[in-house]
Amino acid sequence: MLNTNAQLHSNLFDADALLAPTRDGFGKGVVEAGQKDERVVVLCADLAESTRAEWFQKEFPKRYVEIGVAEQNLAAVASGFANYGKIPFITSYAAFNPGRNNEQIRTTASLANLPVKVCGMHAGVSVGPDGATHQALEDIGLMRMQPNMVVIVPMDAEEARKATYAAAFNGKPTYLRFGREKSPVLTTAATPFEIGKGYTLWESESPHVAIIGCGTLLFEALKAARALEAQGVRTTVINMHTVKPLDTDLLYRTASAVHGIVTVEEHQAAGGLGSAVAEFLAEHRPVPMEMVAVRDRFGQSGTTVELYREYGLDQQAIEAAVLRVAKR
Amino acid sequence: MSYLTEDSETRLIAQARAVRETIIQMLVAAGSGHTAGPLGMADIFTAFYFHILNHNPKDPHWVERDRLILSNGHIVPVRYAAMAHAGYFPIEECLTLRRFKSRLQGHPEREVLPGVETTSGPLGSGLSQAAGIAYAARMDGKKFHTYCLMSDGEQQCGNIWEAAMFAGRNRLANLTAVIDRNNIQINGMTEDVMPLEPLRDKYESFGWHTLEINGHNMEEIVDAVETAKAVTEKPTVIIARTIPGKGVPEIEYDFRWHGKPPTKAEAEQFLIALRSLGGQVHPSDHA
Repeated sequence: MLNTNAQLHSNLFDADALLAPTRDGFGKGVVEAGQKDERVVVLCADLAESTRAEWFQKEFPKRYVEIGVAEQNLAAVASGFANYGKIPFITSYAAFNPGRNNEQIRTTASLANLPVKVCGMHAGVSVGPDGATHQALEDIGLMRMQPNMVVIVPMDAEEARKATYAAAFNGKPTYLRFGREKSPVLTTAATPFEIGKGYTLWESESPHVAIIGCGTLLFEALKAARALEAQGVRTTVINMHTVKPLDTDLLYRTASAVHGIVTVEEHQAAGGLGSAVAEFLAEHRPVPMEMVAVRDRFGQSGTTVELYREYGLDQQAIEAAVLRVAKR
Repeated sequence: MSYLTEDSETRLIAQARAVRETIIQMLVAAGSGHTAGPLGMADIFTAFYFHILNHNPKDPHWVERDRLILSNGHIVPVRYAAMAHAGYFPIEECLTLRRFKSRLQGHPEREVLPGVETTSGPLGSGLSQAAGIAYAARMDGKKFHTYCLMSDGEQQCGNIWEAAMFAGRNRLANLTAVIDRNNIQINGMTEDVMPLEPLRDKYESFGWHTLEINGHNMEEIVDAVETAKAVTEKPTVIIARTIPGKGVPEIEYDFRWHGKPPTKAEAEQFLIALRSLGGQVHPSDHA
């Protein structure tokens, strides 16, 4: 059953559940951060409407900086802002930010340890018809490998709002990953959010398998958990929204209490959340593990539903992975 | 009329020679690093640290300080040497260049050594950072000036032109760039590797005020910066013609000295050459 402590929407499985893209949560969260602190600025590389940077621009036109189609400059100018003492959010599609400006982020933000907030929109295959060029599947890995960098993948628009606001004040270079398509809003204003602290969304009694995920695919994970429980397969579903620093306390406790673990993410298996979980567990608490992730392929055009199916990311794929790991 | 008095000029010339000596000593001690660029920029760094900058070596984080951003981090020995002579840290520490645990990393890091302002080395992103600082400072009505020192080779980076476009469009008059136009890069002469000319026209067309000077003439360096500060409607770039390896006739103009340090024996010769400049200092003056 749903974990009541998570204070999720009770009707989240219903057809009339609230839908919103996580980028909307960014738009709201960055405006709230801007209201709280005038050091917050937003820099944008010619994608104001689709990244929702425009919402900040309308509220704070003087603190919105247009960079044009120049993602390297986007990152390095932001480092200059942060070096001076501002809190810059840089917005573009994840395929370009951090896809194109990885080195500028590495040297001028991460190594320099400046609080640049890298916001990668339209991440994953769910952006759909745009095709492989625009479907970032490597960004979590790129950002996770950089020392100092914090990596957050919110699972719905409400969590994205909270994550954006929290990232404004964590004093660290931070990567925030958002999606383009509408997805169910599972959390409420009362749902806890703290950078670096995962939490349980679903728990069957005495769970046999833990599903640990990040991002909007957690809805697929919840549907899988519900269906599996009906078949007598007991799981727990954990929202590991912060990929770095990983909540290793929670991970250790979870691995100690279950038979196996399934990780779920809209990213390459190489370098993403699954890799991060495996790196920790292999050293400290090895258990059977399966990764629901993209397997060394690029994306392609299609609908979100078609692509989740094609790349093995949907509810059925998660259920199959749970059943496999349960037997190992 | 110049902004620089004759006395000040004499003082700066002597100071630049001391900075060059330190550069050679630190490169020999390090056993690796770049020689030509640091020597070529010794006059400009000396002019900045001992005349132009509004700064306080005892308080490197002073918020009203002018910001001096070094984009081509590989010539940082000249910055370290100038900073040490200006009083940021003891001159002896220069000999720790590139050593394990040293604050004088092979390429500068802002968190490791206060006063270097940015972390740099990968070419092409210094102008963006300087532009970001200048833009942010203008938002807050700050009066300090931001300077960005760049190499000519890195003008081949696309990121430079993204930044040039941004600074021009936003009329960042509180930003002045200086290009070390020494015509060399690792693979040879810039105009053979990937031509930059007409460099001045390029910046003009991107909305910058442009000046061209002899980068070894203190009066021209100081006057150009004063002119740049007086231009209030756009950023200024000063293209400073310099001689790579300046001060050591044996290596001047030689691109092979871009990326290697002198040996001990070579350094002795270099120091004699430096100290004999103008016959003002005799080698035997120094043990």
